[in-house]
Formats: sequence, structure tokens, C-alpha cells
Amino acid sequence: MIGLNHRTAPLEIREKISFPEEGLVRCLETLQDLSSLTEGLILSTCNRVEIYAATRDPERGVEEIKGFLAQQHHLHLLEFESTLYALQGEEVVRHIFRVASSLDSMVVGEPQILGQLKEAYRTARTTRTTGTLLNRLLHRAFSVAKRVRTETSIGDRAVSVSFVAVELAKKIFGHLEGREVLIIGAGEMCELAAQHLVRGGVKGVTVTNRTWERAMGLAEKFNGEAIPFAEFPNSLLRVDIVISSTSSPDYILRKKEVSKTIRERKNRPLFFIDIAVPRDIDPQVNSVDNVYLYDIDDLQEVAETNIKGRQQEAQRAEEIVATEMEKFCRWYQSLEVVPTIVSLRERLEKIRKRELEKTLSSIPQLSEKERMALEALTVAIVKKILHSPITFLKETSQDSEGELYVDVVKKLFKLKEE
Amino acid sequence: MNILFFKITLALYLGGTIAYLIYLLSSQERAAWAGRLLLGLGFVSHCLTLVMRYIEAGHTPVVNLHESLSFFAWAIVGFFLLLRYRYRMDVLGAFISPLALLLVIWAATLPKEILPLPPSLRSYWLPIHVTFAFLGDAIFALAFCAGVTYLIQERLVKSKRIGPLSQRLPSLEVLDEINYRSLTIGFPLLTVGIITGAIWAEYAWGSYWSWDPKETWSLITWLLYAALLHQRLTVGWRGKKAAIMAIVGFGAVLFTFLGVNLLLEGLHSYDGWFR
Repeated sequence: MIGLNHRTAPLEIREKISFPEEGLVRCLETLQDLSSLTEGLILSTCNRVEIYAATRDPERGVEEIKGFLAQQHHLHLLEFESTLYALQGEEVVRHIFRVASSLDSMVVGEPQILGQLKEAYRTARTTRTTGTLLNRLLHRAFSVAKRVRTETSIGDRAVSVSFVAVELAKKIFGHLEGREVLIIGAGEMCELAAQHLVRGGVKGVTVTNRTWERAMGLAEKFNGEAIPFAEFPNSLLRVDIVISSTSSPDYILRKKEVSKTIRERKNRPLFFIDIAVPRDIDPQVNSVDNVYLYDIDDLQEVAETNIKGRQQEAQRAEEIVATEMEKFCRWYQSLEVVPTIVSLRERLEKIRKRELEKTLSSIPQLSEKERMALEALTVAIVKKILHSPITFLKETSQDSEGELYVDVVKKLFKLKEE
Repeated sequence: MNILFFKITLALYLGGTIAYLIYLLSSQERAAWAGRLLLGLGFVSHCLTLVMRYIEAGHTPVVNLHESLSFFAWAIVGFFLLLRYRYRMDVLGAFISPLALLLVIWAATLPKEILPLPPSLRSYWLPIHVTFAFLGDAIFALAFCAGVTYLIQERLVKSKRIGPLSQRLPSLEVLDEINYRSLTIGFPLLTVGIITGAIWAEYAWGSYWSWDPKETWSLITWLLYAALLHQRLTVGWRGKKAAIMAIVGFGAVLFTFLGVNLLLEGLHSYDGWFR
């Protein structure tokens, strides 16, 4: 595996070296044509470019892939060679398991990378550049990622302020479908938070601002409605979530008004997100029943605890990766041709001996000579039968399909993996 | 036979409770799965216990305290399994299974012999009255658990401690909905329980209502839930207040069921209780 990522390469390099989706198939074919490689896969995201390949000659493989990277992007290898990392054997297994489980991501636990890896694999598979080894490796990587996701809580913690807001809204309202949000002020933060809420299912967006044009502008973006600033207290009866970020030096909402609103709402809960500095909403409001108020510091604090929690979970995830890596390596070693041939011989020898003994014990009157003849006969039969499969295995062990045949032979003869 | 199944039930509920508590503390999906499985198997075994005992006793086994506690726990677990099927919510199991377990453990410490039915109870009203009363009580037990969970979650959200625990607990909205649903199902059941009791009392004791302590306390319970239902529907009581009311209401349920027999003398006191 050869690659570069957000830690090793600066953005300028990552911008230059990437494989856009359109040309990916052609690139994969070029990669496949490299003489030393038997299988290949290209993972290209905005934070990493990695080429996974199977080869009989690792040293040459690495050189060829480096050359391939340079040639594909019309760069001189020296320009970026220092940002590359090359991994082999077990290290590749660990690496891809960690990538798939989002342990190697910039934001640990983010879910996109798994989808990107699956996409990269699908493309490589349809282009037929993957074989037994990469197929197995990728499938294991996906199942490791699934294990990490279900057995640790690494993925289900919101680490950005807007995501925290959405998570909180879900904790209060269950689901967001059909809920309405009121935006007071029209800052960028407001917009971002509202965007997340809308993506989460919030339906109605109402915007109010002291400047009418800005309210209109933001309302249009969300297909929402703009209302004059003076009228916003009325809409508190209708909406469920309020995001506020005005530049008002004073509180625009106080406990008394909110208590009254809540009574008129028949206690339907209200969730205030106050991201203004200085704050727009009197912190006392939080003490009203069925009202929940979070200011920017609260949100940030939740986000930070979540990040800490993720780090702890990451530890557990690493353990899963380690055990799975061991399993995979055991499987890989079992792919070797020679042990397979040995155990194939042993298996047939065992069968021969057992059957021969049965026959001999049922005909005790045989002479020593006749016994020897029978023994020689069975040995010859087994040898003849085994001759061509073993020759075939030895011949194909150098090909890309070698492992496949080894696998098939093992399954056909039920040879145990030790 | 019924005693054997009862013991199996107890063991399974114990396992289920432990698994669910582990789930609450660790959020391991496998623990929730185990809790569900054990509690489900426990419920099946509990059903068998009741059927066996019915066959062996020849009457609905809700006559002495052992039987009543066992039946109550059975109804609670049954409703929880239905609820979990509807809302896919395992975390509530961590609150409900300990309750059911406690009831079953208590039942286990009591004399379990089948006693001959007192003549006054020999009536087809026995299963009808008692079943409605207990089903209502079991639903209120669910509302109680949802109420406790609501208060915990509300506390966490209000005080801004959004940690792993809050992540695992259901949303406030869902908990409040369970509160409301329980009320709309439990209240009619309780009402029918009281009415059938009154009709039976007319047959058995010659009077619909004789201010026996059990009757008085079920009336108090009924009034509490009626008040909560009324407030919900008119003023829109919900959330914390409704949760607290559900907890208080369940306190009244427990007192009507147990306290009255333990502390007060009355027509509902029969042999086999508390000996």
C-alpha cells in the first residue's frame, strides 16, 4: 500500500494528487498493467489518496506505484515522494481496518470514509482489478468497521456545535419531522445550524431580523417565511426550536415572556439555541418547565465532552482492529501453496491407509506378497490422482489466481486451516 | 409443576435484569439483545407457570399474595414486551425488569401452596375483576418507569450533561408519549376494574360500595389518575409534571394493592395473605 493523507501531505500536494471519479476506471486499468502487480485498488478522498495492491515483488511494486502516481499527475516524483508512506504485509491490514473504522480520519469517528472506501472497492471490482486477496481484505475491513460501529459508540457523538444542536433537538422532540424553527438574526452560524436542522427533517423555517432584506434573503434560502422583527414573539407560539444570534447588547427574551408563552402553548416544549455573544436570551429561561436553553458555550462544552468520549472509544476500537488483524493474517498465511500441498497429500494418505487397512483386515488369508502389491497399487493411484492438481497448484502459485485455486482446493478437500 | 416454572421464570428475569442493567451502563447492543431474549423467555415460562397453576388450582391464581405478585409481574413484563415491540426501546427494560424481578422475588419468599378458594370468592367475577385491576396497575407501572426515566433525562438535558447516559435514554417526547398512552389505556382498565368490583360486591356482600379500605384507596388512585388525565387534556400538563404525577399515582396503586392489605383490615383481606 502506498499513500498520502492529511497528516503527511499539505493541502497543495493533496490537491494535485487525486483521482477524480470520472477517470478512475482508466487509472485502475493502467495500474493493473504494471508488471509487478496482481491486484489493485485506488482510494481517493479529499483527505487521502491510497493505492492498495497485491504483488509478488514488494520492492518493485512500490517503485512502480510511485512511478504511476507521478506519471498520472504529471509530477516529478521528488516533488512529493517525502509525503508518501508505504506499508507492507500486516501493516497494510491494520491500516485499512483503521481507515474503514474511521480511526485514521481527521475527525475520528466520522462516517463518510466507510462509504468512500466501499465506493472505491465497487469501482475496482467492476473494473476487475481486485482478486482473492483484496476482495477478502476489503470485506474484512467492512465487517471490522461494522463491529467497531456497533460495539463502540465512536460514531454516535456529535462533535460540531451545529450537530450538537441537532442531537439535542432530537433528545427533546424525538424526531424533527414536521417541527418548525424560528431564526432570529441572520448570521452565518444561524444559517449553518438551521441547515443541519432542515437536513434532520425540520419543515417550517421562519426568519426574522431587524434588517428586513436580510431576513428575506435567508428565508428564501430555506423556502421559509420572513416576519418583521417586532412580531417574532407571536411566532413563539407556533415554532418548536428557536435559533438566536442578534447583535443586540441586551436580552431580547426574558423569563417572564417565555413562561407566558409556554402556558399559552399548553406546555409544548420549546428549545432555544442562543449562539449570540453577548447572549440574546436570559439564562433564567432555562428554569421554565418544558423550556430548554443552550448558549454557545453549552454547545461547545457538549461537543468537547463528545470528542473526549470518542478518544476513549477509539481505544476500544483499536483493540477490535488488532484482533481482526490477527485473524486475517492467519487466513493469509494459510493461503500459501506449500502447506496446502502438504496437507492435501496428508489427507489422501490418511484416506488410503484407512481404506487399505479395512480391506486387508477383511481378507486375512492374503500372503505378504499380495499385501505388498495392494499397498503399491493404492499408493500409485493416489499419486496419479494428485499429480496434476499439485503441478497445477505449483504452476499457478505465481499468478494472481494462485490464491483462488488454493482456496478452492482447500474447500474441495475440506482441508483445515491451521 | 407451576413452582418449577416459577423458579425458571425467576432465574430468567434475574438474567434479563442483569443484562439490561449492563446495557444501561455500557450501551453494548449484545447486552440489550440478551436482556430481551431472557426477559422474553422468562415471560413464556411465566405464562406456563400461570397456566399450570390455574389447572392445578382449578381457579384463576390471583387469590393469595404470592399469586397476586406473580400475576402483577407477569402483566408488567407482558406490557413492556409489547411496548418494546412498538417503540424499539430497550433502555426502558433497565427500569422495568428490576421492578418485575423484585415482585417475583418477593412472591418467591411467600408460601406457595394452593389454598382452597374461600366461598366468597367463588364467582366468575374473580378473574374478570382481578384481571382488569391488575392490567390497569401494570400499565401504570410502565407509566411509572417512563416517568422516572423522563425525570432523569430532563435533569440531564436541563443541566447540560449530555453524556453517554443521556445518549442512551429515549427522547423526552417519546417518554412523555408513553406517559400519555399509558394513561389512556390504564385509566379505562382501572375504571372497569372498580366497576366490576362493585358489581361483584353487590352479589357477594350485598352492597355496591361499602367504603372498605381497598375500595377507598382505589377511589383515591382513580381520582389521582383522573386528575392527571384531565389536566393533560385541558391545560396541557405534560413533561415533568405528568411524570411526577405518574410516579405519585403508582405509589397510590402500590398502596391500594399492598399497603391496604398489610396495614389495614377490611373485606379484601383473605387467608393466605401475609402468613
